[in-house]
Amino acid sequence: MSDITEDTVRHLANLARIALTPDEVTTLTSELAAIVSAVEKVNEVATADVPATSHPIPMENVWREDVVADELTSEQALTGAPDHDGSRFRVTAILGEEA
Amino acid sequence: MAKDALMDFDKALEKFEPVIGLEVHVELSTKTKMFSSASNIFGADPNTAVTPVCLGLPGSLPVVNKEAVRYSISLGLALGCEIAETCRFARKNYFYPDLAKNYQISQFDEPIAFEGSLEVELDNGDIVTIPIERAHMEEDAGKLTHVGGATGRIQGAEYSLVDYNRAGVPLVEIVTKPIYGTEGRAGEVARAYVSTIRDIVRGLGISEARMERGNLRCDANVSLRPRGDEKLGTRTETKNVNSLRSIERAIRYEIQRQAALLDKGTAIIQETRHWHEDTGTTSPGRPKSDADDYRYFPEPDLLPIRPSRELVDELRAALPEPPAAQRRRLKAEWGFSDVDFQSIVNAGLLVEVRETVEAGANPQSARKWWMGELSRTANEMNVEPSSLVTPTQVAELQSAVEAGTINDKLAREALAGLIANEGTVAEIIEKRGLTVVSDDGALIAAIDAALASQPDVLEKIASGKVEAAGAVIGAVMKAMGGKADAARVRELVIERASA
Repeated sequence: MSDITEDTVRHLANLARIALTPDEVTTLTSELAAIVSAVEKVNEVATADVPATSHPIPMENVWREDVVADELTSEQALTGAPDHDGSRFRVTAILGEEA
Repeated sequence: MAKDALMDFDKALEKFEPVIGLEVHVELSTKTKMFSSASNIFGADPNTAVTPVCLGLPGSLPVVNKEAVRYSISLGLALGCEIAETCRFARKNYFYPDLAKNYQISQFDEPIAFEGSLEVELDNGDIVTIPIERAHMEEDAGKLTHVGGATGRIQGAEYSLVDYNRAGVPLVEIVTKPIYGTEGRAGEVARAYVSTIRDIVRGLGISEARMERGNLRCDANVSLRPRGDEKLGTRTETKNVNSLRSIERAIRYEIQRQAALLDKGTAIIQETRHWHEDTGTTSPGRPKSDADDYRYFPEPDLLPIRPSRELVDELRAALPEPPAAQRRRLKAEWGFSDVDFQSIVNAGLLVEVRETVEAGANPQSARKWWMGELSRTANEMNVEPSSLVTPTQVAELQSAVEAGTINDKLAREALAGLIANEGTVAEIIEKRGLTVVSDDGALIAAIDAALASQPDVLEKIASGKVEAAGAVIGAVMKAMGGKADAARVRELVIERASA
Protein backbone atom coordinates (compact mmCIF):
# COMPACT_ATOMS: atom_id res chain seq x y z
CA MET A 1 0.00 0.00 0.00
CA SER A 2 1.21 3.50 -0.68
CA ASP A 3 1.49 6.27 1.88
CA ILE A 4 -0.15 8.92 -0.29
CA THR A 5 -2.75 10.76 1.77
CA GLU A 6 -4.80 13.85 1.05
CA ASP A 7 -2.36 15.78 3.24
CA THR A 8 0.55 14.61 1.09
CA VAL A 9 -1.23 15.78 -2.03
CA ARG A 10 -2.08 19.17 -0.53
CA HIS A 11 1.53 19.58 0.65
CA LEU A 12 2.94 18.72 -2.78
CA ALA A 13 0.44 21.00 -4.50
CA ASN A 14 1.48 23.82 -2.21
CA LEU A 15 5.17 23.25 -2.93
CA ALA A 16 4.46 23.14 -6.65
CA ARG A 17 2.28 26.28 -6.45
CA ILE A 18 -0.73 24.45 -7.87
CA ALA A 19 -4.20 25.35 -6.60
CA LEU A 20 -6.37 22.25 -6.21
CA THR A 21 -10.09 22.02 -5.44
CA PRO A 22 -11.13 19.51 -2.74
CA ASP A 23 -12.47 17.23 -5.47
CA GLU A 24 -9.16 17.31 -7.29
CA VAL A 25 -7.34 16.48 -4.06
CA THR A 26 -9.53 13.39 -3.62
CA THR A 27 -9.06 12.25 -7.21
CA LEU A 28 -5.31 12.85 -7.22
CA THR A 29 -4.86 11.05 -3.92
CA SER A 30 -6.25 7.83 -5.32
CA GLU A 31 -4.50 8.27 -8.67
CA LEU A 32 -1.10 9.01 -7.16
CA ALA A 33 -1.57 6.13 -4.71
CA ALA A 34 -2.21 3.81 -7.64
CA ILE A 35 0.89 5.08 -9.46
CA VAL A 36 3.12 4.68 -6.42
CA SER A 37 1.77 1.18 -5.79
CA ALA A 38 2.52 0.24 -9.37
CA VAL A 39 6.09 1.54 -9.06
CA GLU A 40 6.49 -0.32 -5.78
CA LYS A 41 6.20 -3.58 -7.68
CA VAL A 42 9.81 -2.93 -8.66
CA ASN A 43 10.77 -3.57 -5.05
CA GLU A 44 9.47 -7.10 -5.36
CA VAL A 45 11.94 -7.96 -8.11
CA ALA A 46 14.81 -5.64 -7.14
CA THR A 47 16.91 -7.72 -4.77
CA ALA A 48 20.04 -6.59 -2.98
CA ASP A 49 22.27 -7.63 -5.87
CA VAL A 50 20.56 -5.30 -8.33
CA PRO A 51 22.16 -1.83 -8.22
CA ALA A 52 19.95 1.27 -8.18
CA THR A 53 19.47 2.73 -11.65
CA SER A 54 18.35 6.19 -12.68
CA HIS A 55 18.81 5.83 -16.41
CA PRO A 56 17.80 2.94 -18.65
CA ILE A 57 20.97 3.03 -20.77
CA PRO A 58 24.39 3.01 -19.12
CA MET A 59 25.91 6.23 -20.40
CA GLU A 60 28.12 8.77 -18.68
CA ASN A 61 30.46 11.70 -19.19
CA VAL A 62 28.54 13.48 -21.88
CA TRP A 63 30.06 16.92 -21.73
CA ARG A 64 31.22 19.83 -23.82
CA GLU A 65 34.40 21.85 -24.17
CA ASP A 66 34.58 25.24 -22.44
CA VAL A 67 33.86 27.37 -25.52
CA VAL A 68 31.41 30.26 -25.75
CA ALA A 69 28.62 29.74 -28.30
CA ASP A 70 24.95 30.38 -29.08
CA GLU A 71 24.53 33.46 -26.89
CA LEU A 72 21.41 35.55 -27.20
CA THR A 73 21.27 39.32 -27.31
CA SER A 74 19.29 40.87 -24.49
CA GLU A 75 16.66 41.80 -27.07
CA GLN A 76 16.28 38.15 -28.05
CA ALA A 77 16.34 37.07 -24.42
CA LEU A 78 13.46 39.38 -23.57
CA THR A 79 11.33 38.47 -26.61
CA GLY A 80 9.00 36.20 -24.68
CA ALA A 81 9.01 38.16 -21.44
CA PRO A 82 5.62 39.34 -20.21
CA ASP A 83 7.30 42.47 -18.85
CA HIS A 84 10.78 44.01 -18.93
CA ASP A 85 12.63 47.30 -18.59
CA GLY A 86 14.53 47.08 -21.88
CA SER A 87 17.38 44.95 -20.56
CA ARG A 88 16.05 43.05 -17.57
CA PHE A 89 13.00 40.92 -16.87
CA ARG A 90 10.46 42.62 -14.64
CA VAL A 91 8.74 40.42 -12.08
CA THR A 92 6.27 41.22 -9.33
CA ALA A 93 7.77 41.88 -5.92
CA ILE A 94 8.19 38.72 -3.90
CA LEU A 95 7.04 39.24 -0.36
CA GLY A 96 7.84 37.42 2.82
CA GLU A 97 11.31 36.37 1.80
CA GLU A 98 14.54 38.24 1.47
CA ALA A 99 16.97 37.77 -1.36
CA MET B 1 13.89 46.68 13.99
CA ALA B 2 14.39 45.91 17.65
CA LYS B 3 17.95 45.68 18.78
CA ASP B 4 19.11 42.21 19.80
CA ALA B 5 20.18 41.68 23.39
CA LEU B 6 23.80 40.54 23.46
CA MET B 7 25.68 38.73 26.18
CA ASP B 8 29.25 39.72 26.93
CA PHE B 9 31.44 37.50 24.72
CA ASP B 10 33.59 36.05 27.51
CA LYS B 11 30.55 35.38 29.65
CA ALA B 12 28.80 33.67 26.72
CA LEU B 13 31.79 31.36 26.34
CA GLU B 14 31.81 30.56 30.03
CA LYS B 15 28.25 29.29 29.83
CA PHE B 16 28.12 27.85 26.32
CA GLU B 17 30.27 26.00 23.83
CA PRO B 18 30.00 27.34 20.27
CA VAL B 19 29.85 24.85 17.40
CA ILE B 20 30.24 26.23 13.89
CA GLY B 21 29.74 24.87 10.40
CA LEU B 22 30.69 26.66 7.21
CA GLU B 23 29.35 26.55 3.69
CA VAL B 24 31.59 28.22 1.17
CA HIS B 25 30.50 28.84 -2.41
CA VAL B 26 33.27 29.26 -4.95
CA GLU B 27 32.43 30.63 -8.40
CA LEU B 28 34.66 28.94 -10.94
CA SER B 29 36.40 31.10 -13.54
CA THR B 30 35.65 28.91 -16.54
CA LYS B 31 35.00 30.66 -19.85
CA THR B 32 31.44 29.36 -20.02
CA LYS B 33 28.71 28.37 -17.62
CA MET B 34 28.17 25.06 -15.86
CA PHE B 35 25.51 23.72 -18.20
CA SER B 36 25.42 26.16 -21.09
CA SER B 37 27.82 27.72 -23.57
CA ALA B 38 27.02 31.29 -22.40
CA SER B 39 29.99 33.42 -21.24
CA ASN B 40 30.86 33.31 -17.59
CA ILE B 41 31.73 37.00 -17.19
CA PHE B 42 31.26 39.67 -14.58
CA GLY B 43 29.92 43.11 -15.38
CA ALA B 44 28.44 42.52 -18.84
CA ASP B 45 25.24 44.30 -19.88
CA PRO B 46 22.21 42.56 -18.36
CA ASN B 47 20.97 39.42 -20.09
CA THR B 48 23.69 39.38 -22.74
CA ALA B 49 25.64 36.41 -21.35
CA VAL B 50 22.75 34.02 -21.71
CA THR B 51 21.57 31.13 -23.85
CA PRO B 52 18.11 29.49 -23.88
CA VAL B 53 19.41 27.12 -21.16
CA CYS B 54 20.10 30.02 -18.76
CA LEU B 55 16.57 31.31 -19.36
CA GLY B 56 14.94 27.93 -18.80
CA LEU B 57 13.31 28.11 -22.22
CA PRO B 58 11.23 25.09 -23.23
CA GLY B 59 13.18 22.51 -25.18
CA SER B 60 16.60 23.72 -24.04
CA LEU B 61 18.87 21.08 -22.51
CA PRO B 62 21.86 21.44 -20.20
CA VAL B 63 25.25 19.97 -21.11
CA VAL B 64 28.01 19.69 -18.52
CA ASN B 65 31.12 21.88 -18.92
CA LYS B 66 34.09 19.52 -18.84
CA GLU B 67 36.45 22.21 -17.62
CA ALA B 68 34.19 22.95 -14.63
CA VAL B 69 34.34 19.26 -13.71
CA ARG B 70 38.15 19.33 -13.89
CA TYR B 71 38.26 22.47 -11.71
CA SER B 72 35.90 20.85 -9.19
CA ILE B 73 38.01 17.71 -8.98
CA SER B 74 41.17 19.80 -8.47
CA LEU B 75 39.49 21.70 -5.68
CA GLY B 76 38.23 18.49 -4.09
CA LEU B 77 41.75 17.07 -4.16
CA ALA B 78 43.25 20.24 -2.69
CA LEU B 79 40.76 19.90 0.17
CA GLY B 80 41.98 16.38 0.81
CA CYS B 81 38.71 14.87 -0.39
CA GLU B 82 37.96 11.53 -1.98
CA ILE B 83 36.80 11.95 -5.56
CA ALA B 84 33.64 9.99 -6.32
CA GLU B 85 33.95 7.19 -8.83
CA THR B 86 30.60 8.22 -10.10
CA CYS B 87 28.51 11.23 -9.21
CA ARG B 88 25.24 12.66 -10.32
CA PHE B 89 23.38 15.93 -10.59
CA ALA B 90 20.08 16.53 -8.82
CA ARG B 91 17.28 19.03 -9.11
CA LYS B 92 16.66 21.26 -6.14
CA ASN B 93 13.14 22.57 -6.66
CA TYR B 94 12.14 26.01 -5.50
CA PHE B 95 10.21 28.95 -6.89
CA TYR B 96 12.13 32.16 -7.03
CA PRO B 97 12.76 34.29 -10.11
CA ASP B 98 16.56 34.18 -9.70
CA LEU B 99 16.42 30.87 -11.55
CA ALA B 100 14.06 30.73 -14.47
CA LYS B 101 13.70 26.94 -14.49
CA ASN B 102 12.14 26.85 -10.99
CA TYR B 103 14.92 24.51 -9.93
CA GLN B 104 18.64 24.68 -9.41
CA ILE B 105 20.81 21.91 -10.76
CA SER B 106 22.97 20.80 -7.87
CA GLN B 107 24.26 17.58 -6.40
CA PHE B 108 22.53 15.88 -3.51
CA ASP B 109 23.44 12.39 -2.33
CA GLU B 110 26.26 11.82 -4.82
CA PRO B 111 28.65 14.79 -4.68
CA ILE B 112 31.84 14.80 -6.72
CA ALA B 113 34.09 15.11 -3.64
CA PHE B 114 33.63 14.10 -0.01
CA GLU B 115 35.41 13.35 3.27
CA GLY B 116 38.28 15.79 3.26
CA SER B 117 40.12 17.93 5.73
CA LEU B 118 41.96 21.20 5.57
CA GLU B 119 44.65 22.57 7.83
CA VAL B 120 44.34 26.28 8.49
CA GLU B 121 46.76 28.52 10.31
CA LEU B 122 45.59 31.02 12.91
CA ASP B 123 47.10 34.43 13.65
CA ASN B 124 49.41 33.03 16.31
CA GLY B 125 50.63 30.21 14.06
CA ASP B 126 48.42 27.49 15.61
CA ILE B 127 47.13 24.94 13.11
CA VAL B 128 43.48 23.86 13.21
CA THR B 129 42.21 20.97 11.11
CA ILE B 130 38.79 21.59 9.57
CA PRO B 131 36.81 18.46 8.68
CA ILE B 132 35.18 18.69 5.26
CA GLU B 133 31.94 16.86 4.64
CA ARG B 134 31.66 17.33 0.91
CA ALA B 135 32.25 19.59 -2.09
CA HIS B 136 29.62 19.50 -4.79
CA MET B 137 29.00 21.14 -8.14
CA GLU B 138 26.03 23.37 -8.82
CA GLU B 139 24.95 26.47 -10.70
CA ASP B 140 24.69 30.05 -9.48
CA ALA B 141 21.43 32.01 -9.63
CA GLY B 142 20.62 35.26 -11.46
CA LYS B 143 20.76 38.69 -9.90
CA LEU B 144 17.62 40.44 -8.66
CA THR B 145 17.34 44.19 -8.22
CA HIS B 146 14.45 45.29 -6.06
CA VAL B 147 12.90 48.52 -7.23
CA GLY B 148 10.70 50.85 -5.22
CA GLY B 149 10.33 51.07 -1.46
CA ALA B 150 12.59 53.20 0.66
CA THR B 151 15.41 50.79 1.40
CA GLY B 152 16.09 49.04 -1.90
CA ARG B 153 15.42 45.84 0.02
CA ILE B 154 12.74 43.39 -0.87
CA GLN B 155 10.30 44.59 1.78
CA GLY B 156 8.21 47.32 0.22
CA ALA B 157 9.64 46.76 -3.25
CA GLU B 158 7.20 47.39 -6.07
CA TYR B 159 8.82 45.01 -8.49
CA SER B 160 12.10 43.26 -9.13
CA LEU B 161 14.34 43.26 -12.19
CA VAL B 162 16.15 40.08 -13.16
CA ASP B 163 19.48 39.70 -14.92
CA TYR B 164 20.32 36.09 -15.77
CA ASN B 165 23.99 36.67 -16.64
CA ARG B 166 25.05 35.00 -13.38
CA ALA B 167 22.45 32.23 -13.68
CA GLY B 168 24.29 29.02 -14.44
CA VAL B 169 27.79 30.20 -13.49
CA PRO B 170 29.62 27.13 -12.14
CA LEU B 171 29.83 26.90 -8.38
CA VAL B 172 31.45 24.50 -6.00
CA GLU B 173 29.85 24.43 -2.58
CA ILE B 174 32.17 23.24 0.16
CA VAL B 175 30.46 22.08 3.33
CA THR B 176 32.31 21.41 6.58
CA LYS B 177 31.30 18.98 9.26
CA PRO B 178 30.47 20.58 12.62
CA ILE B 179 33.63 22.24 13.93
CA TYR B 180 34.10 21.74 17.66
CA GLY B 181 36.52 23.15 20.17
CA THR B 182 37.12 26.52 18.55
CA GLU B 183 35.87 28.32 21.67
CA GLY B 184 36.64 32.04 21.69
CA ARG B 185 38.43 31.63 18.36
CA ALA B 186 35.34 30.42 16.45
CA GLY B 187 35.26 33.56 14.33
CA GLU B 188 38.98 33.58 13.76
CA VAL B 189 38.95 29.90 12.71
CA ALA B 190 36.16 30.63 10.22
CA ARG B 191 38.05 33.59 8.79
CA ALA B 192 41.28 31.60 8.50
CA TYR B 193 39.38 28.76 6.82
CA VAL B 194 37.80 30.99 4.19
CA SER B 195 41.09 32.79 3.68
CA THR B 196 42.83 29.43 3.13
CA ILE B 197 40.20 28.37 0.60
CA ARG B 198 40.71 31.68 -1.16
CA ASP B 199 44.46 31.02 -1.33
CA ILE B 200 43.84 27.50 -2.62
CA VAL B 201 41.44 28.43 -5.42
CA ARG B 202 43.68 31.28 -6.52
CA GLY B 203 46.68 28.98 -6.39
CA LEU B 204 44.78 26.52 -8.57
CA GLY B 205 43.73 29.35 -10.88
CA ILE B 206 40.12 28.17 -10.80
CA SER B 207 38.43 31.26 -9.34
CA GLU B 208 38.99 34.98 -9.07
CA ALA B 209 37.90 34.50 -5.46
CA ARG B 210 36.97 38.15 -5.01
CA MET B 211 34.63 38.28 -2.07
CA GLU B 212 33.32 41.75 -2.86
CA ARG B 213 32.16 40.43 -6.23
CA GLY B 214 30.60 37.35 -4.72
CA ASN B 215 33.10 34.96 -6.33
CA LEU B 216 33.61 33.54 -2.86
CA ARG B 217 30.73 33.52 -0.40
CA CYS B 218 30.42 32.12 3.06
CA ASP B 219 27.36 31.07 5.04
CA ALA B 220 28.12 30.57 8.70
CA ASN B 221 26.18 28.12 10.84
CA VAL B 222 26.43 28.81 14.54
CA SER B 223 24.92 26.94 17.47
CA LEU B 224 25.58 26.97 21.18
CA ARG B 225 25.23 24.18 23.70
CA PRO B 226 25.39 24.54 27.46
CA ARG B 227 28.74 23.43 28.89
CA GLY B 228 28.68 19.69 29.47
CA ASP B 229 25.83 18.97 27.03
CA GLU B 230 26.32 16.40 24.31
CA LYS B 231 23.39 17.44 22.17
CA LEU B 232 23.97 20.18 19.61
CA GLY B 233 21.94 23.33 20.03
CA THR B 234 19.62 24.77 17.38
CA ARG B 235 21.65 26.54 14.72
CA THR B 236 21.20 29.64 12.67
CA GLU B 237 22.70 30.17 9.23
CA THR B 238 24.06 33.65 8.59
CA LYS B 239 24.26 34.67 4.94
CA ASN B 240 25.51 37.69 3.06
CA VAL B 241 28.90 37.69 4.71
CA ASN B 242 31.04 39.35 2.06
CA SER B 243 34.44 39.88 3.60
CA LEU B 244 36.87 37.97 5.76
CA ARG B 245 36.46 40.47 8.53
CA SER B 246 32.67 40.15 8.42
CA ILE B 247 32.82 36.39 8.86
CA GLU B 248 34.63 36.84 12.13
CA ARG B 249 32.31 39.61 13.30
CA ALA B 250 29.12 37.79 12.26
CA ILE B 251 30.04 34.65 14.17
CA ARG B 252 30.97 36.62 17.25
CA TYR B 253 27.66 38.47 17.03
CA GLU B 254 25.63 35.27 16.71
CA ILE B 255 27.39 33.73 19.72
CA GLN B 256 26.55 36.79 21.82
CA ARG B 257 22.97 37.00 20.54
CA GLN B 258 22.17 33.32 20.99
CA ALA B 259 23.77 33.26 24.45
CA ALA B 260 21.56 36.12 25.61
CA LEU B 261 18.43 34.31 24.38
CA LEU B 262 19.37 30.91 25.80
CA ASP B 263 20.27 32.51 29.11
CA LYS B 264 16.73 33.86 29.36
CA GLY B 265 15.33 30.44 28.52
CA THR B 266 14.25 31.50 25.01
CA ALA B 267 14.64 28.86 22.32
CA ILE B 268 16.74 29.62 19.26
CA ILE B 269 14.71 29.59 16.06
CA GLN B 270 16.31 27.60 13.28
CA GLU B 271 16.44 30.21 10.57
CA THR B 272 18.47 32.02 7.96
CA ARG B 273 19.87 35.32 9.17
CA HIS B 274 21.32 38.17 7.17
CA TRP B 275 24.51 39.97 8.08
CA HIS B 276 24.47 43.75 7.86
CA GLU B 277 27.92 45.13 7.30
CA ASP B 278 26.93 48.70 8.20
CA THR B 279 25.42 47.98 11.61
CA GLY B 280 27.46 44.88 12.42
CA THR B 281 24.31 42.91 13.25
CA THR B 282 22.28 40.01 11.89
CA SER B 283 18.54 40.02 11.25
CA PRO B 284 16.14 37.16 10.61
CA GLY B 285 15.46 36.06 7.05
CA ARG B 286 12.96 33.38 6.26
CA PRO B 287 12.43 30.69 8.86
CA LYS B 288 13.21 27.13 7.83
CA SER B 289 9.84 25.65 6.95
CA ASP B 290 8.35 23.56 4.22
CA ALA B 291 9.51 26.21 1.76
CA ASP B 292 12.80 24.37 2.19
CA ASP B 293 11.30 21.06 1.11
CA TYR B 294 13.32 21.00 -2.07
CA ARG B 295 12.16 17.60 -3.36
CA TYR B 296 15.59 16.70 -4.71
CA PHE B 297 15.58 14.08 -7.42
CA PRO B 298 18.17 12.89 -9.97
CA GLU B 299 18.41 15.39 -12.83
CA PRO B 300 16.86 13.55 -15.77
CA ASP B 301 18.45 15.84 -18.37
CA LEU B 302 22.02 14.94 -17.38
CA LEU B 303 24.02 11.75 -17.25
CA PRO B 304 26.21 10.68 -14.37
CA ILE B 305 29.81 11.89 -14.25
CA ARG B 306 32.39 9.18 -13.87
CA PRO B 307 35.83 10.80 -13.77
CA SER B 308 38.49 8.40 -14.99
CA ARG B 309 41.17 7.52 -12.46
CA GLU B 310 43.71 8.73 -15.01
CA LEU B 311 42.11 12.19 -14.98
CA VAL B 312 42.05 12.27 -11.18
CA ASP B 313 45.70 11.21 -11.01
CA GLU B 314 46.66 13.80 -13.62
CA LEU B 315 44.93 16.57 -11.66
CA ARG B 316 46.41 15.35 -8.39
CA ALA B 317 49.91 15.50 -9.86
CA ALA B 318 49.28 19.05 -11.07
CA LEU B 319 48.19 20.41 -7.66
CA PRO B 320 50.22 23.40 -6.50
CA GLU B 321 52.04 23.18 -3.20
CA PRO B 322 49.70 23.36 -0.21
CA PRO B 323 49.40 26.80 1.44
CA ALA B 324 51.32 25.79 4.59
CA ALA B 325 54.30 24.49 2.60
CA GLN B 326 54.21 27.52 0.35
CA ARG B 327 54.32 29.85 3.33
CA ARG B 328 57.44 28.16 4.67
CA ARG B 329 59.12 28.46 1.29
CA LEU B 330 58.19 32.11 0.68
CA LYS B 331 59.28 33.17 4.16
CA ALA B 332 62.72 31.69 3.52
CA GLU B 333 62.99 33.12 -0.01
CA TRP B 334 61.98 36.59 1.05
CA GLY B 335 64.15 36.57 4.15
CA PHE B 336 61.40 38.05 6.34
CA SER B 337 61.32 37.84 10.11
CA ASP B 338 58.56 35.73 11.72
CA VAL B 339 56.73 38.88 12.75
CA ASP B 340 56.90 40.56 9.35
CA PHE B 341 55.84 37.44 7.51
CA GLN B 342 53.06 36.53 9.92
CA SER B 343 51.62 40.03 9.71
CA ILE B 344 51.12 39.55 5.95
CA VAL B 345 49.46 36.17 6.49
CA ASN B 346 47.23 37.56 9.22
CA ALA B 347 46.17 40.45 7.03
CA GLY B 348 45.13 37.90 4.39
CA LEU B 349 47.50 39.52 1.91
CA LEU B 350 49.96 36.73 1.19
CA VAL B 351 48.57 36.06 -2.28
CA GLU B 352 48.71 39.76 -3.14
CA VAL B 353 52.28 40.18 -1.89
CA ARG B 354 53.41 36.96 -3.60
CA GLU B 355 51.83 37.96 -6.92
CA THR B 356 53.37 41.43 -6.63
CA VAL B 357 56.79 39.86 -6.11
CA GLU B 358 56.15 37.53 -9.05
CA ALA B 359 55.28 40.60 -11.13
CA GLY B 360 58.77 41.95 -10.47
CA ALA B 361 58.69 43.95 -7.22
CA ASN B 362 61.12 43.21 -4.41
CA PRO B 363 59.52 41.51 -1.38
CA GLN B 364 60.09 44.42 1.01
CA SER B 365 58.40 46.93 -1.28
CA ALA B 366 55.56 44.57 -2.09
CA ARG B 367 54.95 44.11 1.62
CA LYS B 368 55.19 47.86 2.27
CA TRP B 369 52.54 48.74 -0.33
CA TRP B 370 50.00 46.11 0.69
CA MET B 371 50.45 46.38 4.44
CA GLY B 372 50.77 50.16 4.42
CA GLU B 373 49.02 52.48 2.03
CA LEU B 374 46.68 49.89 0.49
CA SER B 375 45.53 48.42 3.81
CA ARG B 376 44.98 51.89 5.19
CA THR B 377 42.95 53.03 2.19
CA ALA B 378 40.97 49.78 2.10
CA ASN B 379 40.17 50.17 5.76
CA GLU B 380 38.92 53.71 5.23
CA MET B 381 36.77 52.60 2.31
CA ASN B 382 35.62 49.47 4.18
CA VAL B 383 36.67 47.13 1.37
CA GLU B 384 39.33 44.44 0.89
CA PRO B 385 42.75 45.73 -0.22
CA SER B 386 42.68 43.26 -3.12
CA SER B 387 39.65 45.05 -4.56
CA LEU B 388 41.60 48.31 -4.96
CA VAL B 389 44.41 47.43 -7.36
CA THR B 390 46.04 44.38 -8.94
CA PRO B 391 49.45 43.01 -7.89
CA THR B 392 50.74 43.83 -11.38
CA GLN B 393 49.79 47.49 -10.92
CA VAL B 394 51.61 47.61 -7.60
CA ALA B 395 54.70 46.11 -9.21
CA GLU B 396 54.55 48.71 -12.00
CA LEU B 397 54.23 51.46 -9.44
CA GLN B 398 57.25 50.21 -7.51
CA SER B 399 59.26 49.91 -10.70
CA ALA B 400 58.49 53.60 -11.47
CA VAL B 401 59.82 54.47 -8.01
CA GLU B 402 62.97 52.45 -8.51
CA ALA B 403 63.54 54.00 -11.94
CA GLY B 404 63.43 57.39 -10.22
CA THR B 405 60.47 58.56 -12.30
CA ILE B 406 58.49 59.20 -9.12
CA ASN B 407 59.38 59.34 -5.45
CA ASP B 408 57.49 57.70 -2.57
CA LYS B 409 55.20 60.65 -2.05
CA LEU B 410 54.29 60.92 -5.72
CA ALA B 411 53.87 57.16 -5.81
CA ARG B 412 51.16 57.43 -3.19
CA GLU B 413 49.38 59.94 -5.39
CA ALA B 414 49.78 57.64 -8.39
CA LEU B 415 48.33 54.86 -6.27
CA ALA B 416 45.28 56.99 -5.56
CA GLY B 417 44.95 57.34 -9.34
CA LEU B 418 45.14 53.57 -9.78
CA ILE B 419 42.47 53.06 -7.15
CA ALA B 420 40.27 55.60 -8.95
CA ASN B 421 40.76 53.61 -12.18
CA GLU B 422 42.44 56.48 -14.00
CA GLY B 423 44.54 54.19 -16.18
CA THR B 424 47.97 52.59 -16.14
CA VAL B 425 50.79 53.82 -13.90
CA ALA B 426 52.43 55.58 -16.85
CA GLU B 427 49.16 57.25 -17.88
CA ILE B 428 48.48 58.44 -14.36
CA ILE B 429 51.97 59.88 -13.94
CA GLU B 430 51.46 61.71 -17.21
CA LYS B 431 47.89 62.89 -16.51
CA ARG B 432 48.49 63.97 -12.95
CA GLY B 433 51.90 65.49 -13.76
CA LEU B 434 53.66 63.40 -11.13
CA THR B 435 57.14 63.16 -12.60
CA VAL B 436 59.93 63.96 -10.19
CA VAL B 437 61.78 67.20 -10.95
CA SER B 438 65.47 66.40 -11.25
CA ASP B 439 66.29 69.33 -13.51
CA ASP B 440 69.20 71.11 -11.77
CA GLY B 441 68.09 74.60 -12.81
CA ALA B 442 64.71 74.29 -11.10
CA LEU B 443 66.18 72.56 -8.08
CA ILE B 444 68.98 75.13 -7.59
CA ALA B 445 66.46 77.98 -7.68
CA ALA B 446 64.46 76.27 -4.92
CA ILE B 447 67.60 75.51 -2.94
CA ASP B 448 68.67 79.16 -3.12
CA ALA B 449 65.30 80.21 -1.79
CA ALA B 450 65.51 77.69 1.05
CA LEU B 451 69.05 78.72 1.96
CA ALA B 452 68.03 82.36 2.11
CA SER B 453 65.86 81.62 5.13
CA GLN B 454 68.31 79.14 6.69
CA PRO B 455 71.71 80.71 6.07
CA ASP B 456 73.58 78.66 8.68
CA VAL B 457 72.90 75.28 7.03
CA LEU B 458 75.87 75.40 4.67
CA GLU B 459 78.20 76.15 7.53
CA LYS B 460 76.87 73.21 9.53
CA ILE B 461 77.34 70.87 6.62
CA ALA B 462 80.84 72.17 6.01
CA SER B 463 81.67 71.46 9.65
CA GLY B 464 80.60 67.83 9.19
CA LYS B 465 76.90 67.94 10.15
CA VAL B 466 75.68 66.50 6.86
CA GLU B 467 72.24 65.76 8.35
CA ALA B 468 71.56 69.52 8.36
CA ALA B 469 70.87 69.14 4.64
CA GLY B 470 67.55 67.56 5.65
CA ALA B 471 66.07 70.95 6.52
CA VAL B 472 66.83 72.25 3.04
CA ILE B 473 65.51 69.11 1.35
CA GLY B 474 62.29 69.48 3.35
CA ALA B 475 61.88 73.11 2.36
CA VAL B 476 62.59 72.38 -1.31
CA MET B 477 60.13 69.48 -1.27
CA LYS B 478 57.48 71.73 0.21
CA ALA B 479 58.12 74.52 -2.27
CA MET B 480 57.95 72.10 -5.20
CA GLY B 481 54.81 70.29 -4.09
CA GLY B 482 56.66 67.09 -3.23
CA LYS B 483 57.97 66.62 -6.74
CA ALA B 484 61.64 67.29 -6.11
CA ASP B 485 64.16 64.50 -6.58
CA ALA B 486 65.30 64.34 -2.96
CA ALA B 487 68.55 62.52 -3.69
CA ARG B 488 69.59 65.13 -6.26
CA VAL B 489 68.70 68.01 -3.92
CA ARG B 490 70.88 66.48 -1.25
CA GLU B 491 73.79 66.17 -3.67
CA LEU B 492 73.41 69.77 -4.77
CA VAL B 493 73.26 71.10 -1.22
CA ILE B 494 76.35 69.18 -0.15
CA GLU B 495 78.18 70.27 -3.31
CA ARG B 496 77.32 73.87 -2.46
CA ALA B 497 78.57 73.54 1.12
CA SER B 498 81.90 72.13 0.04
CA ALA B 499 82.36 74.68 -2.75
